[in-house]
Amino acid sequence: MDKQRKLFAGIGQLIIPLVALGLLILFNLFRDPGFFSIGMAVNNSGNQVLTGNLISIIDSASELAIIAMGMTLVTAACGGQDISVGAVGAISGAVFVKVLLGAPSITPGIVVLGVILCCLATIAFMMFNGTLVSVFKIQPMIATLILYSCGRSIAYWINGDATPQLNSPIITSIGMTIPGVPVPTPIFVVILAGLLLLLIFRRTTTGLYVQTVGINQGAARLNGIDPVLIKLLSFALLGVCVSLASVIGVGRLGQLNHKTLLVDIEMDAILAVAIGGNNLGGGRFRLSGSILGAYIIQMLTTTLYAMNVSPVNVKTYKAIVIIIIVVAGSPVVKNRLSALWSRMRSGGSQAAASKGAG
Amino acid sequence: MQNDAVLKMRGICKQFPGTRALNNVDFTLRRGEIHALMGENGAGKSTLIKVLTGVYEKDGGTIWVEGTGEEAHIHSPQDAQNIGISTVYQEITLCPNLTVAENMFIGRGKGQLVHWKDYEDRADGILRSLGIPARAKQELSRCSLAVQQMVAIARAVDMQCKVLILDEPTSSLDEKEVAMLFDMMRDLKSRGVGIVFVTHFLEQVYEVSDRITVLRNGELVGEYVIEDLPQVELVAKMMGKNLNDLADLEQVGLKSQGGQETVYQAQALSSSESRPFDFSIRRGEVNGFTGLLGSGRSESVRAVFGADRITGGRVQVNGKPVRISKPHDAMKNGIGYLPEDRKRDGIIADLSVRENIVLALQVMKGFFHPMSKAQMEAFADEYIQALQIKTASQDTPIKSLSGGNQQKVILARWLLTHPDYLILDEPTRGIDVGTKLEIQKLVLKLAEENMSVTFISSEIEEMLRVCSRLIVMRDRKIVGELTGSELTQANVMKTIAGGEQ
Ligand SMILES: Nc1ncnc2c1ncn2[C@@H]1O[C@H](COP(=O)(O)OP(=O)(O)OP(=O)(O)O)[C@@H](O)[C@H]1O
Ligand SMILES: [Mg+2]
Repeated sequence: MDKQRKLFAGIGQLIIPLVALGLLILFNLFRDPGFFSIGMAVNNSGNQVLTGNLISIIDSASELAIIAMGMTLVTAACGGQDISVGAVGAISGAVFVKVLLGAPSITPGIVVLGVILCCLATIAFMMFNGTLVSVFKIQPMIATLILYSCGRSIAYWINGDATPQLNSPIITSIGMTIPGVPVPTPIFVVILAGLLLLLIFRRTTTGLYVQTVGINQGAARLNGIDPVLIKLLSFALLGVCVSLASVIGVGRLGQLNHKTLLVDIEMDAILAVAIGGNNLGGGRFRLSGSILGAYIIQMLTTTLYAMNVSPVNVKTYKAIVIIIIVVAGSPVVKNRLSALWSRMRSGGSQAAASKGAG
Repeated sequence: MQNDAVLKMRGICKQFPGTRALNNVDFTLRRGEIHALMGENGAGKSTLIKVLTGVYEKDGGTIWVEGTGEEAHIHSPQDAQNIGISTVYQEITLCPNLTVAENMFIGRGKGQLVHWKDYEDRADGILRSLGIPARAKQELSRCSLAVQQMVAIARAVDMQCKVLILDEPTSSLDEKEVAMLFDMMRDLKSRGVGIVFVTHFLEQVYEVSDRITVLRNGELVGEYVIEDLPQVELVAKMMGKNLNDLADLEQVGLKSQGGQETVYQAQALSSSESRPFDFSIRRGEVNGFTGLLGSGRSESVRAVFGADRITGGRVQVNGKPVRISKPHDAMKNGIGYLPEDRKRDGIIADLSVRENIVLALQVMKGFFHPMSKAQMEAFADEYIQALQIKTASQDTPIKSLSGGNQQKVILARWLLTHPDYLILDEPTRGIDVGTKLEIQKLVLKLAEENMSVTFISSEIEEMLRVCSRLIVMRDRKIVGELTGSELTQANVMKTIAGGEQ
């Protein structure tokens, strides 16, 4: 009994997204029993790769899942969201491409250097956001509006007003699959990002501090935590996530398109955080919830496309489903449900007790 | 006999996950009486009030309020207000970033047009007549905790009501303000208002109340007329122990004068909130700041801890000059600080009891040395045991603990860091009589083990019991210092009032 309660407390926040995911899966199985079947096929670079809707959902959700993790941290620490992630992602991609094109030839070493440099550049831009939010106490939404509006122009300008192409098998390996490995590479990048954050949470007190600052800044300071540093840290980690996502995005197309790279991802990332049951006002968070949220959003999109819904209508249907999930996870509905649940369970025992008393 | 009742609660039950907060509790309030609701921390007093005012839905039982027919249906605090129940909750529920006047009149418009100018004038009038040192246009967050508490009271009292509920309204008030509140209560009582009064100050209960209802562990112990229940018996009923067990409680250990070494010394220390002052404390000494509300006692210790912006002064710790400009500096120098306002400065509401207990220790260990879960659990268990914190589990969010138990968690947080010098600003605020004495004993024991402690309390007797030196403040200046045989209630009062040479 006690153990059971503990378990529930652990996954309580995840119940709604898990149920949502389960319903989506059931719905698809009902609609098309073969929807999730996985097969092997040869892709256009001649590799044996896994195919099927499931693989494509997990693969396409990669950028979103990675950015959602970073967004969760910023949300928790600052009580607001960064809407510039897509635009800053374009900058990051531009820096990555710039480094690769600057080298005589694209070698693995250069790619690693490119990743490191674009990561640093992204962190620098995120520090700009973070400083506005933490030092100048500007609402995150407003503070990040600046880079949201000019980020893509900066990305365009970095490569001398061009949309350069990258023709290299290494780049294709990043965006698609590594020869000999049937699983798409972006999936590994998600795992890498997840492990990196896990390591940070294990080896430092980031998790505790971020939540403390998000819940009560003043009290955090009185306990020796510097809220400014913690908020900057959350933006820095978001920067790392954004740069990884941008590298995947560049890899998928083999080119830098400043207009389309990670476009509109900010809204999906914020939604993923919300669907994951995280409080958009900051404080307690669960990365796993946001990751789950990202895959739910992608599965929803893929499902709608598979049902031949026209792209114009996809957004509307998506909005409807998301509203349902978010409302079901809202505190009001949750409290009602749990009250109902406890009444149903104690109903029997209470009746017996009152009979005994009478 | 009960025809003059204004409020009857029967068989009230309320269950929280892991806790049965109320079990079959009856409560009756009569017209024109002051009814004290008593019990230890976590007994269920605040829960009973919140069930009555619609903050929580009850699981069982009935509520009847005069003028509402068979049964009152109260599903929100607004409902309660509409049928004439006016409440001051234990944790201040005003809006910190609204003005005092807005806080006093918000939610009362009932449809008619609001003329803020009129309200501001009216608010100023009320503030003045009650002697509350605040202005109508002032932002509430700029007021001290005591003033906020008085504004909350003024708001409740100004509403036309037949039931007035005061949940620990005096926890941060001084004698003068308490006396004023009691005058107000007696006045309302003579006009037929029934008043529910929750407090842990026994003298206050006996000063104003007519009747007492005692709760223990969510169960009703009984209802008594004040004359029939002497103080000792009341305590026994609350704690559920025999009188013999209580005999040793009054016996607090010897006060510690401290050794020779000076642990902390400040010269002309000043902050954005306090004027320059000199201050020092020796190893193993327990001293205290005292003074009226707004005298600057809390601001002074905040300056010591670097809680406000430091504007000047020289500080030495263990004889070595150091710079303390933020709380983290103070912690590194072995100083701990339990803040006065636990809701604003103390608790991390959504975090678990465990995380709240280990927080300060974790910060001192450093960013790259996170404690293991097992370690945290062990520490949390140790202090939940030691301070008898009543909680469903370590994982319970601290916000769902009773007020007094939250206070114990914050105290545990600082005890766990084993500081050389611990500053306690109102450590027993909202803590029940039994535990209060335990904490006083604990402070003296810590001092014996060479910890230096600065103790602030709005209760002078409590200060006299633990402090060997009292620093008296008035108008943000130190105006006197009392030690040894000078430490008497009369002397303190005289110095506070300004009767010194
Ligand atoms: N929102 C809540 N969720 C879960 N448990 C709660 C909640 N509120 C109160 N409790 C539990 O119910 C019990 C009674 O709490 P209550 O606040 O009524 O105590 P109290 O008598 O007011 O104590 P105090 O003197 O410390 O204020 C406590 O054990 C507390 O942990
Ligand atoms: Mg209470």
